[in-house]
Amino acid sequence: MPALSELEDAYERYVLENEDGFVDEFRERLRDFGGRPTPLQRADGLSERYGREVYLKREDLVHGGAHKLNNALGQVLLATYMGKERIIAETGAGQHGTATAMACAHLDMPCEVYMGRTDVNRQRPNVFRMRINGAEVNPVDVGRGTLKEAISETMRDWSRTVERTHYVIGSVVGPHPFPAMVRDFQAVISEEAREQVIEKTGGLPDAVVACAGGGSNTMGSFAEFVPDEDVALHAVEAGGSSLDVDEEAGVAPNSASLSTGAEGVLHGARTKLLQDSHGQIMESHSVSAGLDYAGVGPELAHLVETGRVTPATVDDEAALEAFHRLSTAEGIIPALESAHALAYLEAADERGVDLGETVVVTVSGRGDKDLETVIEETEKRGLESAPDMRVFEGGLR
Amino acid sequence: MSERIDAAFADGPAFVPYLAAGDPDYEASLAYVEALDRGGADVIELGLPFSEPIAEGPTIQGAVVRALDAGMTPERFFEFVADLDVEAPLVCMTYYNLIYQYWGSADRSEARAANASGETASEEGPRPFVERAAEVGLEGFVVPDLPAEEAAPLREACDEFGLDLIFIVAPTTRGERLQRIMDRVSGYVYVQARLGTTGARDDVSDQTGASLERLREWDVPKAVGFGIKTGEHAERIVAAGADGIIVGSALVDIVAEGHEEGRPVEETATRLEALARELAAGAERGARRRGEDAPEPEQP
Repeated sequence: MPALSELEDAYERYVLENEDGFVDEFRERLRDFGGRPTPLQRADGLSERYGREVYLKREDLVHGGAHKLNNALGQVLLATYMGKERIIAETGAGQHGTATAMACAHLDMPCEVYMGRTDVNRQRPNVFRMRINGAEVNPVDVGRGTLKEAISETMRDWSRTVERTHYVIGSVVGPHPFPAMVRDFQAVISEEAREQVIEKTGGLPDAVVACAGGGSNTMGSFAEFVPDEDVALHAVEAGGSSLDVDEEAGVAPNSASLSTGAEGVLHGARTKLLQDSHGQIMESHSVSAGLDYAGVGPELAHLVETGRVTPATVDDEAALEAFHRLSTAEGIIPALESAHALAYLEAADERGVDLGETVVVTVSGRGDKDLETVIEETEKRGLESAPDMRVFEGGLR
Repeated sequence: MSERIDAAFADGPAFVPYLAAGDPDYEASLAYVEALDRGGADVIELGLPFSEPIAEGPTIQGAVVRALDAGMTPERFFEFVADLDVEAPLVCMTYYNLIYQYWGSADRSEARAANASGETASEEGPRPFVERAAEVGLEGFVVPDLPAEEAAPLREACDEFGLDLIFIVAPTTRGERLQRIMDRVSGYVYVQARLGTTGARDDVSDQTGASLERLREWDVPKAVGFGIKTGEHAERIVAAGADGIIVGSALVDIVAEGHEEGRPVEETATRLEALARELAAGAERGARRRGEDAPEPEQP
């Protein structure tokens, strides 16, 4: 708690009031190191397919390949302003860990990243990227060895070392001020998108669509549009293989906490959670490791509760199809997280949801990290929309 | 407020052991808790296992996983408390979500349906949990992930049923936060001997004396925990001014070892009782040393 009070104070002074020019330095580094602003691109193939103007906010083009850098850079920079000497973080799919490792190398801060053993094994390219940027990667063996165990382990480290360490939380989750601060660092996505869409179309979009796991990309994509009440905001969650839960086994075969979760308290926030009837947190699932989390940001849960944001789910298979569709139709290989948002363009039409004439969809990251999963899952499901990967056998060896 | 907890601290230093209820299974766990009672426990902290025990180190996390795997639930926990045959007052240590959700656990499917259809399900907060706890004879709660700032509903329910709400004070807790905790705490205050999570260590932190000094004016007993595992540790902590010692991981280690090595329940229970006696005796020695070391009262 004292660490949170200290952080809240720093957040108010540096981030909200720009003390010592923090915000100016953050913006400059986002531009020069991070490669911002990212383009808002009209997707010609998708626009034709859906009979509406589809614009892609290209966060896959941020340095490191995902929106995660916006927040990691902001927090590591803030830690230097606070006089902290060491950074810790947790990571699931590895994107946040990679972004934090990059930001730490850039700002010359020692960095340790906790990652579940299961995730270490299934996200090896990101483990290498973290190590190459000089970060220590600590595998977590307890429990199922995924994101929620890594979060608990990082909190333990922080509770021992708060005086000199800052914990870079990777999403709009956890105790105050993290959800607000991470939203502010990610709000650059909607700030740019709003200006760009007005410039390109002369007005606001009818809808903004973003995928939702913990919710940092979602809140970043929505933040500046929230006051624009005519702009519909759609948060697309991972429906996994099913929306049903297995109470006995403590498993939800999805990560749809906004759509199916109940209100509860976890990791210092009251929000929507996947939990059993006793309040024990359930194991979640998604084909996208980056969406595989049992909770969601409290502000996003609130926006859903008050009706400002509409939650929706698409399942693993629809996300895989959307992954291939964008790759072949537009030449952009999206992260599996982003593929959920893209799949909603198709799903909305099927479900009779009218997204209007102009839609902005955030491509939250690029899909290089997901290629092995996609090839394996595509073969397993025999998806007809996908290219046949077998033609490369022999040719590549 | 619980008179039984007051009484436990009134008569010399209190020995407060912790075990996770249901570790490694229901029956064995009953025997283990009763062994601590025979060994001289003044108050017993019983863990109600939560799936994400973020304040615990690996030892207690292991206990939590074993207990959950063996089927421990909040309702089963209340049955466990009712089945125990112990003298010492019992305090429930758990995480807030289990307390907060208890109202809906019977009709969660209805709540979920109401949620899905956009209606707001009725919300009773922590009161039903506290009511049930009082019914089975629990005397108080420790909730490591509930900050004093958010504790009003639980505090109110505890007041209604005469239960204590114990808060943890970390070495870094200062100023207004300390005051806020003082305003809301009852029973005893759990003084964290060092930063970090629970876990037995080989040394006793010298932060303890400084931590106790900051709380000197509080008229609530100060029990020190985190890292105590021998009678000698207990002695030093009490000699440094603690009104009680809280010991968890060192006891859970005995349970874990017994489970892993397949020892008979009685043997593990005997070991627990022996360590309990050692710790309680250490605390007594510490209290005597404090008496001896204390300066003579000044003459008026």
